[in-house]
Amino acid sequence: METILKCSNLSKNFGNITALNNLDLDIPRGKIIGLLGPNASGKSTFLKICNELLTPTSGDIFISGYHPGIETKKIVSYLPERTYLNDWMKVSDIVDFFNDFYSNFNKEKAYDMLLKLKINPSDRLKTLSKGTKEKVQLILVMSRDAELYLLDEPIGGVDPAARDYILDTILSNYNENATIIISTHLISDIEKILDYIVFIKDGSVVFTKSVDEIREEHGKSVDSLFREVFKC
Amino acid sequence: MSWKLQSDRPIYSQLMELIELKICSGFYPPGSKIPSVRELAQEASVNPNTMQRALSTLESDGLLISNRTSGRFVTNDESEILKLKKKLAEKNVAEFLQMMSKLGFTKDEIQNAISKSYIWEDNNGNNT
Repeated sequence: METILKCSNLSKNFGNITALNNLDLDIPRGKIIGLLGPNASGKSTFLKICNELLTPTSGDIFISGYHPGIETKKIVSYLPERTYLNDWMKVSDIVDFFNDFYSNFNKEKAYDMLLKLKINPSDRLKTLSKGTKEKVQLILVMSRDAELYLLDEPIGGVDPAARDYILDTILSNYNENATIIISTHLISDIEKILDYIVFIKDGSVVFTKSVDEIREEHGKSVDSLFREVFKC
Repeated sequence: MSWKLQSDRPIYSQLMELIELKICSGFYPPGSKIPSVRELAQEASVNPNTMQRALSTLESDGLLISNRTSGRFVTNDESEILKLKKKLAEKNVAEFLQMMSKLGFTKDEIQNAISKSYIWEDNNGNNT
């Protein structure tokens, strides 16, 4: 199977804190992958390195054969943990902004999703609730025809009904060439749609397994297994 | 028919059971075409690769037949479907009996409970 993302011995230190510790990952195309781990396990650091927002202390990372940089930004659609959009802008302005910026942005898709989630394109971002802002940002990210989607906590602030719609959107956008990596704590909401789970802890991979493998071997959901493995 | 899934059992085997039920109940009649992997995955809100696995297993069980150009069909072989119905019925009866014996019912009491059940009589048209 063709690899979209490969990293070997990837480490990142902040002073004497180790955020990533010799992380090895090989992620194929056409999969939906859950990146799961307790707080401060290195999930966001990893996603930031994939987007060149941080540079690794040591080790290698390749996305579709390139180091993170201009070439990878064309094919990677990233939802950061925090919003970076200007909140004086209207939703429609931001859609235009993305449309100008990314050649693979699909404006029609964006408006279609805005309509479905009942978001008014002429509203200014600062007038929107926290959850609605998150929806807008996710719509922007999912409206790109990317090869790799990196979603850092995409459904944390949205209500359960919108969550279902978002998961449907992820499934309907699924194609054999694109991979989606979702980092989240809301495991029970998303485990049905995942191919594989990558459990990470203290900056290293604990294991990589399919959801059904976990359920077959342990007789419990990924959510219950998480609670067991990472019991405080 | 909805796609209710439990969280502690493999998803693909639950999908298989639900599709088997749809075949037995005639929701997907013998010889009829079933929706594509993608459509079914979306309907059930599951990963398409998981749905694919469920469908391929049903195919190797002989319940579905895949035609390279025109999609997947339910088997025309009614004896296959009858076999499946028997298998599922046996499983359900076994589960029921297990539950009843947990409740402390003896064989006679169970038979008595069944014959007295109003659902049973309704289905047979004998009003009480």
